[in-house]
Amino acid sequence: MRTVRYLLVKEFKQIFRNRSILAMIVVLPVMQLIVMPLAADYEVKNINLIIVDQDRSSKSEDLRTEAISSGYFTLVDYGSDYKSAIQLLDKDKADLILEIPNGFEKRLIKENSAQVLIAVNAINGVKANLGSAYLNNIINRYNEQIKISQSGSETSALIAKLDMVPKNRFNVYMNYRWFMVPGILAILVTMVGGFLTALNIVKEKEIGTIEQINVTPIKRRHFILGKLLPFWILGLFVFSVGMLVSYLVYGIVPSGSLLVLYVYVAIYLLAVLGLGLLVSTYSDTQQQAMFIMFFFMMVFILMGGLFTPIESMPDWAIVVSKFNPMSYFIQVMRMVILKGSSFVHIQSQLFITALFGIVLNFWAIMNYSKRN
Amino acid sequence: MKRLLSFVKKEFKHVMRDRKTLLILFGMPVVQILIFGFALSNEIKESGIVVLDNSHSETSRKFIEKVSSGHYFEVENLIDDNAELENSFKEGKVKLALVIPNHFEERVLAGEPSNLQVVVDASDPNTATVLTNYIAAISRDFQMQMSQLPVTPQLIQPEVRMLYNPQLKGAPNFVPGVMALVLMLICVMMTAVSIVREKETGTMEILLVSPFHPFMVIMAKAIPYMFISLLNVTTILLLSVWVLDLPINGSILLLYAESSLFIAASLAIGIFISIKTSSQQVAMLISLMGMMLPTILFSGFMFPIENMPLPLQVISNIIPAKWFYIIVKSIMIKGLGFSYIWKETLILFGMTLFFFLISLKNFKIRLS
Amino acid sequence: MEKVITAHQLTKKFGQFIATNAITFDVKAGEIFGFLGANGAGKTTAMRMLCGLSKPSSGEAKIAGYDIYTQTESIKQHIGYMSQKFSLYEDLTVTENIRFFGGIYGLSQQQIKEKSDALIQRLELSSVAHTLLSSLPLGWKQKLAFSVAILHEPKIVFLDEPTGGVDPVTRRQFWDLIYEAAAKGITIFVTTHYMDEAEYCDRISIMVDGKMEALGTPLELKQQFKAVTMDEVFYILARGAKRIE
Repeated sequence: MRTVRYLLVKEFKQIFRNRSILAMIVVLPVMQLIVMPLAADYEVKNINLIIVDQDRSSKSEDLRTEAISSGYFTLVDYGSDYKSAIQLLDKDKADLILEIPNGFEKRLIKENSAQVLIAVNAINGVKANLGSAYLNNIINRYNEQIKISQSGSETSALIAKLDMVPKNRFNVYMNYRWFMVPGILAILVTMVGGFLTALNIVKEKEIGTIEQINVTPIKRRHFILGKLLPFWILGLFVFSVGMLVSYLVYGIVPSGSLLVLYVYVAIYLLAVLGLGLLVSTYSDTQQQAMFIMFFFMMVFILMGGLFTPIESMPDWAIVVSKFNPMSYFIQVMRMVILKGSSFVHIQSQLFITALFGIVLNFWAIMNYSKRN
Repeated sequence: MKRLLSFVKKEFKHVMRDRKTLLILFGMPVVQILIFGFALSNEIKESGIVVLDNSHSETSRKFIEKVSSGHYFEVENLIDDNAELENSFKEGKVKLALVIPNHFEERVLAGEPSNLQVVVDASDPNTATVLTNYIAAISRDFQMQMSQLPVTPQLIQPEVRMLYNPQLKGAPNFVPGVMALVLMLICVMMTAVSIVREKETGTMEILLVSPFHPFMVIMAKAIPYMFISLLNVTTILLLSVWVLDLPINGSILLLYAESSLFIAASLAIGIFISIKTSSQQVAMLISLMGMMLPTILFSGFMFPIENMPLPLQVISNIIPAKWFYIIVKSIMIKGLGFSYIWKETLILFGMTLFFFLISLKNFKIRLS
Repeated sequence: MEKVITAHQLTKKFGQFIATNAITFDVKAGEIFGFLGANGAGKTTAMRMLCGLSKPSSGEAKIAGYDIYTQTESIKQHIGYMSQKFSLYEDLTVTENIRFFGGIYGLSQQQIKEKSDALIQRLELSSVAHTLLSSLPLGWKQKLAFSVAILHEPKIVFLDEPTGGVDPVTRRQFWDLIYEAAAKGITIFVTTHYMDEAEYCDRISIMVDGKMEALGTPLELKQQFKAVTMDEVFYILARGAKRIE
């Protein structure tokens, strides 16, 4: 075990002498945590609406007022030419067109029914969905108003009154950043830990120093322990910096206990470092290690449930995401930080992550050989 | 010319020999397209809910049945107390809880107001909003159903037309995005790292003392990546047409021309990074932080630019991928011609020129 | 004399390619054994097998009495190795490198301190003891690498082209270090390209295309091949080689 200490001293000296690593563990997390949540804002706001009113009647006026006063839309143009509205849509200046045709009011009174057209720029699916749903809702509500005012005058029908009282839990002010920051921090810790471990060992391969180590009587497990421990500590350090940044910048205070978080992260890092180690045993150059790692990170991030919910995936993809260690970390971060979950609630995630750690490290140690 | 050719041949051999990296370079766009195309979606389906039924009546059962009959909600559990409710949320299995009050049935039948409490896990605000809207629609429907109203036809009937992308697929957004990302990865990161690698191992010096113009040596190193990039563009286009059913609405020729321009811009940046750095790790770090991340953040394919604070929106203008993204979207999805995108093309061209010129300038300084 | 290396029909194949073809030889304790051959003749492969870095395809060998198939970890306790590529850490200082390698060979704090002081004095490195290796000239680094390789007083030290790219004066100094080590009883197993260095060895072997074509003292070999210099001996043998890069 004494040899491990010498390895640790050496690793830390090298790490602190390497400016690019220092940048990676200090600047990268801070910058990303500040910029990413600002950018990764999926809250749909500013839906740009164009109303093409060819009727110009009091009813079409009513509908227009309803749409604007709903607060969901920004009216970018109000005209009577559908073609020029479509051109604005083409240029991404508008998301939605509401066209009220000529003779709208007349038909509504005479035939009790009239049509309007909602044209949606559907390239941005989320926005299209929400925008058209909002507009539909507004028209429905307007319909209901007419209906109730009509029936109220004719019959004294019984109307059930069901008041829905929505109550938001855990993220009461619906702050989107509170949702994103813990997930982004999870990605960050994974990337720093994984890349550093993989690159570090491959670098020794590339410059040949690993040969010098391989002819020494050092035990394989001691060598690997000496390699993993520094990055495990760095990983915890990055995590702590990240927690501090998210508190200072976004005011995020975990509602669960820090102990739960740290215990989980400590175990999770073992899995990530195991992956880095494994990648390093399969690559001969830093370039290779970097690309293989990049590939895994890409898949992990996309399939991790950060940007799109895992529950929305098709069944096969849900199965695939079960093999993604990052998805458990993102879940746990959100559960503990936002909901205050404790050990009891995250035990299955904790167990699976530990399993990842064991399998990956075992595989890596088997694959790392001191001689070829 | 012949000498340039022999240089390029040597570089090709280098690139082709590293099978693992090559596999990743060609596999990356395929996997990305498949993930974006088939795995990711924002569609909300079958969210787990729990119900705390304090009324235990015919009407409350009817209501629960109505909630679970649509494909939005799946009733996971009927629970008895608030503690259980708390636990279900903390285990993350449910997103919404419905609390039906005492005397629900009596009140509804008597036309008296009754409060239906809906507790939502608002960790994810978007999902929470949508779920609340769904449950509101269901309860309004239930309310009408329970009222004795003569059924009247809807008065204003909206007709919804989804333009450009009728099935609301994400493909039109991400295909141009994946294209920009993969080209960046190959042209900036690969090029920069592999040139710096030669510097690190010292083989660069040998090339630089050859009778060839040193800048040509660097160019020769960039050419194989240009070919790989164009191959990847083809793969992505084939996948999007044949696998994602996303047709190319505009001119293919124009699309390739613009892609080549973007590749040139990326190569120029990659070469610039390689001239400015001397270790692989630094080159990697700069291309990752300086180019890849901003590409993901600011090209507009994953994150809506208009939602960003103004300073970030301004910054996004200096990211080449943003302009390329607009160009590809215009040609591929909207089928627009060159007259619509000449401005973006000009900006991209200007960036390319800028980076080539400063690389050239820095290169000369290094040699003297 | 005790034999510290015995190799019998030692062979390494990479697929169809036979890198080292059935070599048989002994090295006696305290001997300086020169291992010569053109590039690609199979020297490095043979040496890597003897150090336990590479597994032989067939044949037998014992290093310091330990078997190279089953007892590689025991072998490693008793050998030092200096590879062709310079392989100390460039981003550590002189003392940090000494301390690190001393540490992983299991020397005590006290031992490390004493040895490191003695070594720095012997190599006249005290002015640069706390300088990063990356800023030292190659010759100094090679001498340091050799001294680090014998820090734990191994029975045998393997040197793979230790003086490549080093100026003549430094090479001379390097050989002084080798003689000092040999005088302490450390067996030296050294590969080289320089024929003048071959003359410094007690015995030499010459490898051609993976086979060991000659073995003996420099004098014996010169007589055997009727040559005046080692250069000529080497030329006569290497002329027939097919595997010259």
